Amino acid sequence: MTLALAVDIGLALLILALAGWTIAVRDTFASVIGLVAYGLLLALVWVRLAAPDVALTEAAIGGGLTGALLISAAARLRRTEAAARAERPGALARTLAAVLAATVTAALVICVLALPDPAPTLAPAAVANLAATGVGNPVTAVLLAYRAMDTLLEAIVVLFALLGVWSLAPDRAWGGYPGPPRHADPDGILAWLARILPPIGIIVGLYIFWIGADLPGGKFQGATILAAMWLLVIGAGLAEPPPVSRTWLRVLLVAGPLVFIAIGFAGSITAGAVLAYPEGYAKPLILAIEIALMPTLVLTLALLVAGAPQRTPPR
Amino acid sequence: MNTPTLFGLCAAALVGVGLYGMIVNPQPLRKILAFNLIGSGVFLLFGAIARRGAAVGMGGDPVPQALLITGIVVAFSATALAVALVRRLFDEAGSATLAAEAPAKAKADPPTP
Repeated sequence: MTLALAVDIGLALLILALAGWTIAVRDTFASVIGLVAYGLLLALVWVRLAAPDVALTEAAIGGGLTGALLISAAARLRRTEAAARAERPGALARTLAAVLAATVTAALVICVLALPDPAPTLAPAAVANLAATGVGNPVTAVLLAYRAMDTLLEAIVVLFALLGVWSLAPDRAWGGYPGPPRHADPDGILAWLARILPPIGIIVGLYIFWIGADLPGGKFQGATILAAMWLLVIGAGLAEPPPVSRTWLRVLLVAGPLVFIAIGFAGSITAGAVLAYPEGYAKPLILAIEIALMPTLVLTLALLVAGAPQRTPPR
Repeated sequence: MNTPTLFGLCAAALVGVGLYGMIVNPQPLRKILAFNLIGSGVFLLFGAIARRGAAVGMGGDPVPQALLITGIVVAFSATALAVALVRRLFDEAGSATLAAEAPAKAKADPPTP
């Protein structure tokens, strides 16, 4: 057994233990902390699986934004904990659930062990056509050239999720500020961090966004870091999230998908297919889409964490 | 046993753990957490398959890897929507239970500010 495999086995056991903790621990808050640690360790697994782009996404979203979202929800719902424990199903239902879960796991294990060898792969095709896209990172080429339709639909799905969250606002708060008012100590450690970290975080976020064309990184990872910096400033009470009725906010939210759709349909005239790029113009068009999507993604991801409007709109 | 197979088996176990947690935990927030575990198990399985597709100097097949990034972002937005639904339920009913007798209980026990 090599050292690398020993590390992998340790990582797998640690992840399974954290998953078990997340399910079994009594307190929901402790469960959420378990999930955050789990997300960060999962990012290491992605590195071990030679997927650095996925690792960055997992660390930023799985460990970061999901954690921020769930921690605030767990804190809000803490009073409901005691009542909910009484609703735990009985021994029979738990046994049946365990049998069902074990069956699903066994079926997946059989599938994993029966995977074809050699494995089918699209890597040669992705690399062979890389020059035509003008980008150096094959994952970015898949996201914005070969499978641009997925990315377009994803940008729209994320926006729809935000509309769904906003539509859960009570009538009196419609158009108002997202989330509860923050009363953080202006001299506290959070306010201090919210002053120190954003300049560094903004540079790191923009850097990861920019190198995404040629190296691991890209707009999702960069946008998540920028959104996290904004949420830090909001959480520390140094800035307010914008009221959802603001025109500039709404324009920026739809600008990214609209530019993407416009370039996509222009492709049907200039290159003969929707979301195709005319020869020689792939790189500039991909860049245009990424730059247009960036502010949309930053705002959408941050406002998804900020939640539904809860305070009355400004007069 | 190699690395992709190991994490493929780990992914199968994660799906099972998440499924069990989603059924037995009564709190909606815990169900969302468990659902995320199932989701990450599926992602990990997909990632292990991507790793097996290593070729032409690439560590893995870039197509599933790119779809994974899309999947993680979509899973996050679905989680945010689900959390917003639970918070609204709590704000309206004063409790976050999914049990059938919830409305009567909520009336008897008005939400405290």
